[in-house]
Parts: sequence; C-alpha cells; structure tokens
Amino acid sequence: MPAVTETRDAVETLGASTYKWGFETDIEMDIAPKGLNEDTVRLISERKAEPAWMLDWRLKAFRAWQKMEEPSWQKPHYPPIDYQDAHYFAQPKKKPGPKSLEEVDPELLRTYEKLGIPLHEQAMLAGVEAPEGDVRMPVAVDAVFDSVSVVTTFRKTLEEAGVIFCPISDAIREHPELVQKYLGSVVPVGDNFFAALNSAVFTDGSFVFVPKGVRCPMELSTYFRINARNTGQFERTLIICEDGASVSYLEGCTAPMRDENQLHAAVVELVAMDDASIKYSTVQNWYPGDENGRGGIYNFVTKRGACRGRNARISWTQVETGSAITWKYPSCILAGEGSVGEFYSVAVTNNRQQADTGTKMIHLGANTRSTIIAKTISAGRSDSTYRGLVRMMPKARNARNFTQCDSLLIGDQCGAHTVPYIESRNMTARVEHEATTSKISEDQLFYCRSRGLSEEDAVGLIVNGFCKDVLKELPMEFAVEAQKLLQLSLEGSVG
Amino acid sequence: MSSGAIAKKTETRALQSFLKRAGKSAALPVLKSEGLPHRGIEAWHYTSLRVLEDLDFAEATPLGEVDAQELLRNLVPDLTDGPRVVFVNGFFMPSLSSLPAGVTVVEREAVSAETHPLTVLNAALGRGGVRFHVPEGVDAGNLAIVSLSSAEHPISTHLRHEIALAPGARLTLLEIHAGQGTYLSNPVLRFDVSKAASVRHVKLQADSDTSFHLAFVEGNVAEEGTYDSFTLTLGGRLARHEVRCAMRGLHGNVHVNAAQILDGERHADLTSRITHAAPHCNSRQTVKNVITDAAHAVFQGKIEVERIAQKTDGYQMNQALLLSDRAQIDSKPELEIYADDVKCSHGATIGALDDEQLFYLRSRGIPEIEAKAILVRAFLGDALDLIVDEGLRSWLDARVDAWWAKQVN
Repeated sequence: MPAVTETRDAVETLGASTYKWGFETDIEMDIAPKGLNEDTVRLISERKAEPAWMLDWRLKAFRAWQKMEEPSWQKPHYPPIDYQDAHYFAQPKKKPGPKSLEEVDPELLRTYEKLGIPLHEQAMLAGVEAPEGDVRMPVAVDAVFDSVSVVTTFRKTLEEAGVIFCPISDAIREHPELVQKYLGSVVPVGDNFFAALNSAVFTDGSFVFVPKGVRCPMELSTYFRINARNTGQFERTLIICEDGASVSYLEGCTAPMRDENQLHAAVVELVAMDDASIKYSTVQNWYPGDENGRGGIYNFVTKRGACRGRNARISWTQVETGSAITWKYPSCILAGEGSVGEFYSVAVTNNRQQADTGTKMIHLGANTRSTIIAKTISAGRSDSTYRGLVRMMPKARNARNFTQCDSLLIGDQCGAHTVPYIESRNMTARVEHEATTSKISEDQLFYCRSRGLSEEDAVGLIVNGFCKDVLKELPMEFAVEAQKLLQLSLEGSVG
Repeated sequence: MSSGAIAKKTETRALQSFLKRAGKSAALPVLKSEGLPHRGIEAWHYTSLRVLEDLDFAEATPLGEVDAQELLRNLVPDLTDGPRVVFVNGFFMPSLSSLPAGVTVVEREAVSAETHPLTVLNAALGRGGVRFHVPEGVDAGNLAIVSLSSAEHPISTHLRHEIALAPGARLTLLEIHAGQGTYLSNPVLRFDVSKAASVRHVKLQADSDTSFHLAFVEGNVAEEGTYDSFTLTLGGRLARHEVRCAMRGLHGNVHVNAAQILDGERHADLTSRITHAAPHCNSRQTVKNVITDAAHAVFQGKIEVERIAQKTDGYQMNQALLLSDRAQIDSKPELEIYADDVKCSHGATIGALDDEQLFYLRSRGIPEIEAKAILVRAFLGDALDLIVDEGLRSWLDARVDAWWAKQVN
C-alpha cells in the first residue's frame, strides 16, 4: 500500500504552517475587562443600547448558566476552561463610513484579501456601494468582524423584497416584536451550558426574516472571524421564514492563528412555518491548532431548527475542517405535518483535532421525513465521532428516516467512532440506519491506477467521491471553497 | 446525550436490602458507594431499575426436593435428559442434576475485585455456581445450566459460573432461566476460551412476568478461538442481558446473536461490547426485536477496535419489528475504531410488518394471523440460523411458536 504510506507521510508533514489564514488584523479595539459576572452582562447590554427586556432576558440566561454544570459526556477532551479569563466584548473603534475602497482601513482589506474574497465583494463588505449594474453574483454578506457587524450589504435590495437581513443587535432595536417572539423559542435560554452562556453574553450575529410568500432574492452569507486575542465569540443567529417563504443562508469561518485556545459558543435558531424552506450551509475553518495540538478554536455550537408548519423544510449542510475541537449537532424539530429535515456533513480531522458532531431529528408530526448523510475523514492523531439522534414520537405516523454514516481512516494513529441513538414510539414510523468504517480500498486505488492516474490523484479522486453526496448539497459559491478546504486539510492525499 | 440530571439513588429499599445481606463481602464498599445503576449513567440511559427499587429482596430459601422436581417439570417440561446442573432459588439441587466429569459446583467463595455494577452486586451477594474446565482437545458435548426460582415474597439469587476451555476443547452450553413469583436473578457467567477452542452458548430467558433479570456475560477468546452465542429473551418484567466479549489472539471469532420477543409491559435490554484486541479477528452480531403491547426493547451494541487490531472484520445488524401502537424500541449501535485497515459496519432498521409482504401471502390464501406468523418467523431467522444443531433449533423454535400462539389467543 505505497499510496497510503505516501498519504500518511504527506499528512504527517502537514504542519501548522499550512494554515494560510493564520494572520491577525491590527485594528484599534474597544475591549471590556476580563471576567464574567452580572456586570459584564449589563455592560454588553448597555454598550449595545439594548432595551430593558433584552437585559432581563440575558440576566435570566446568566443566572441559569451559573446553576448549570459543564457537560462531560462528550468524546473530546480539553483542559478546563476558565470563563473568568476572557474578554466578553470587543469592538473595532467606530470611524465614519468609507466612500470608496481607498478610505477603508487597509488592514481590514488585507484580511479580506488573504481570505480570498473577490474585490467587488471586498468593497461590499467594507461598506462601499458596488458600481451600478454590477450585480453579477448577488450574495448579500453580513460580515462579522469580531463581535460587531462592520457592514451589511445589499440591505436595500432585500428590503424591497420585504426581507429583513441585519445584525441581530439592530433587529433587537428595530424589530423588537419579532425578536421577542422568536429569540429563544427554538433554543431556550437554559437549553444547555453553552447555549445559556451564549444567551447571556452574545454580542452579535445575524437576523433574517423572510415574510409570507417571499423567496429571498439572493443567497445570504456571513463571514465570522475571530480576531482579537482572548475574546470568546458568541454569535447569535435567528432566521425566520413565514408561510411559503424560502431562504438559503451561507456561513463561512476562518480565524487567525494564535496559541491560546479560544471558545466559540454560537447559537443558531431557525424557524420554518407552512411550506417554508430554510437551507443553512456552513464551511467551518477555524484555526485547528498546530500538529501537537497547541492552540486552536473550541467550536461548541448549538444549532437547531424548528419546522413548525406543514410541509416545512430545514436543511443543514456543513463542511467542518477546522477547530481544535468541533462539538455540535445541528438539529431539526419536525413538528409540522409532512415537514422535512436534512443533514449533510463532512467532517475532516487531522493532527490532534477532535470532532464530535452529528444531528438530532425529532419527529413529532405525521408523515415527517428526515435524511442524514455524514462523512467523516480522520487522519494524523485525530479523533472523529458521529453522534446522532433519531426519535420517532407517538404521533409521528408514517414518519421516515434514512441515515448513512461513513468513516474513512487515513493512518493508524487516528480514530473514527459512530454513536447513533435511535428511538421509536410509533409502529408505522420507519427508520433505517447504516454505518461503515474503512480505509481507502485497495481495489478502488488499483482501478484508478490502472487507468493511468497517479497515486496522489487516485487518493484525491476517492476522497472527493467519498464526500460527493454532501458537497453536491452546497451552494455553488461554497462548493468551491469547500473543496479547497478539503484539499488543504488533507494536503498530500488529494494531490 | 444523557443529561446526567437524574439523581443517583442510593437510599432505595432494594439497595438497603442488598447491603444488609452483603455481610463482610469484599465487594460491599463498592456496592455501598456506587449503589445500583441509574439512568444518569450513559450505559443505563435507556433502562431504569425504578420498578424494583422499592422492593425488599430477602435471602432465598431452598425448596424441598419434591417441590423442586415439580417446579422443574412445570417450568421446563421440554428439557431433554443429558448432563445438567439445576439450581433452585440459587441452591444446587444434586438430585435433579447430572454432572459430567470436570464439573464442580462451588458454594460461597471469595471473588476478586469487580467494577461493573452487575458483577459488584453479584460478588457482594453471590453463593458460587458452576466451575467447568474442559481439558485440551476434548469435545464436552452439551451441558445445561438451569436456574429456577420460586418466590412467595421477593428474593434474589446471584449465581456465578466460570467455564474454561483448554486449547482445542469444545462445549455447547445451554443456559435456562425460569421461575414463578417476584424475584431478581443476577447471574454472572464467564468464559475463558483458549487457543482453537470453541464454545457455543445458548441462553433462554423465560423468567416470570413479575421477575427481574440482570445478567452479565464475559468472554475472553484466544487465538483461533470461537465464542458463538444466541440469547432468546421472552420473560421478565425487566431484563438486561449484558455481554462483553474480547478477541485477544489472531483469527478469533465471535458471534453475539439475540432475539428479544416481548409482550405485555416487559422491558428488555440487550447490551453488548465486542472488543477486537488482536488483528485478523471476525465478529458478527444479529439482534432481532419483536415488540408488541406496551413492551419496550433496548439494544446497545458496541464494536470496539483497538489500535493493534488491523484487518478486523466486524458487522452488526439490529432490527426491530413493532407490532403495536404502544411498542417502543431504543437502539444505540456504536462503533469505536482506532485501527485503519478494518472493515466495520452496522445497520439498524425499525418498522412495522411490511404491508406488501402481508398482501402477497394473503393473496395466496393464507389467513392473516398465519401470514404474520410466517413473516415474524422469517424475521427472526437471521438471528436463529446460528443454531445449526437441529434438536436445539427446534427446541427454540417451539418456544417462539408458543409465544406467538399466546398472542393470537
């Protein structure tokens, strides 16, 4: 098995230097003192000029969090986190809005450049109006630069369609009735340790509201970046689709390199009413730490969608290549009759990365359907776990689930684990689950080699084929980036 | 995904009754500090012992010879003659038994340190059990271990059997559990399978409707050794059959098959952990659940592949057939893999009987009840096919048929 040996060698030589997005932008920051107590929560709420009800909501979450214990059932291990030794608020200092790219902070532009964002998108991100008529690829970007959305583009186009797309802090001020109605309705403040923490101290995130019958005219996208040292990032995203509405939301993450571990505890809530459809795609590439497991992001996220209406649909697609630890289960609560939940995932771990990810499909309503496709690739000394729950409740007549989990191991020092929980309370519900674990098959390699492919290309082809079922679910813009990330994470094995 | 929020109950009446009886056992401190398993422990996420927590389990008393004989005749009328060891209420009954060479029955003995909650309980209250050493190259044929209980008030028994097979030895062990009244049966069975030895373990659990069955089986399989097992769970109010089997030498083979056929309010849990600790080993597992009324089946099966265990071939299939609106199944098939050159997979399906298959049979003039029986029997076939011995197979089939007949009437 020379190809595998070669792959392993290549993977092993892959050091931290290959993390090409490991840079730090030097911009003046407005930072809150370290520590977490009620005053921190009050300070965040005050700085964001929030109404009193929001502060009360945060305090309720904070008090719930204080009473909670940090979970310990997960597979990944990490040193205890000192929640007092972090800044909970960091904000770039305000400057007047730029008129053209020349006026934009050059540091910020360099950041975007390294991220590979096209120039006209950079302009949009930096708040410069795009030249008229030049809307070739309408992607609305709500760029989150550390804790505050620096700029929101395409807001006007969206407003005309009736879509609200703005930082959640704006939504709290401008659309309090919507935020009050939906915030915490899918992930309650005391849902879990990290969700409670997020509810107490979240600083920003995106808010999307698509009204009745509206099909969002463009893909919505947010770039999250963790930038300042020792800041935890607590994003809060809330997406609501009313009857017959639909939206596709893209989330991409890159983070600068640093040594301290950083906590990223986001909460994402999705609400889909009758015939509504939400597609949520993620490419996650936080800094994974170096080859010895030093540094890297802790990505502990609560993502949950509720299909409240009939025939609602929520689809999660994720490509997870980064973070020292990825720990999340994007879930669907299928309450509406005939509603559909989907989960497509590729998780790649290398070096000493750890991933514990999967989904939960809770079937409450009749004729609900769910599909889970999870692909796991482990290399180096990493550990990757698929953990998922499929639950058929007593009223889930004729509900249906299909789950497929496949793991690919590269090298003999890594681990791949599958832990599905399957629960059925209804005889008419049908559940099918299958999981496989293997290495790259010698037969497949031989087949490719006999057709003239180099060993490297053959491995690349097989890995891409292994992930194809998931990658094809990604929107075009992300599919390319995802493939790049796959190649980077497993450089050597993909040619 | 357990919340861990369920409080540990140490002060239950059942536990108190066990502690009182444990005397000076070496396992007492562990039993005292850990208590009985509860749902806050991940491995007990789906099985709660609440139904037995309020009972006071007394020391069992032996049954008279005549009564014991009648009990055996009533509970296991189809038991064939041959080597067997019979226990009633945990007491060895020499007059009902016929011991082959090499089999001894020990009374109480000191037990080395235990850590699993079920073996701790067993060690604290155990009264010994069968010791069987099958010498090198000997085919010991069949041995039946029959454990009967007859309780007027709640009692508990904690038998511990140890079976060792020398290189090349063979044995078919038939384990039968049955009884009447309210009792807890907590047997521990250990197999030590040496090089190229082979053991076939067939278990029938037909305990009473008001009983509790908490069994623990452990097997260690050396090079080219084989542990094949089939467990048929029919009885008990609450039952758990937990099996751990490790392949520690090259080319070991393990089959852990089971069928849980549940009616009424029964709760039955099959938990297994199959460990590949050496290269080139094979494991196969087929577990079938047929659940009706308000019964609840649990399957937790883990295949563990250690770093050294390259060329592992592991397969596990778990299926459940729900025959009523209130039937429940919880299934957790698990893979934990640390070696790369392996072929491991598992599958799980849950559903009702297939309408099209029923229609096919009905359209050929087969009455509905019979059509269903055919489909259920076929469903169970994959798990039962491991039993190649015709006598044993038809003995098990008869039990399944009797269960089905009971449902129809």
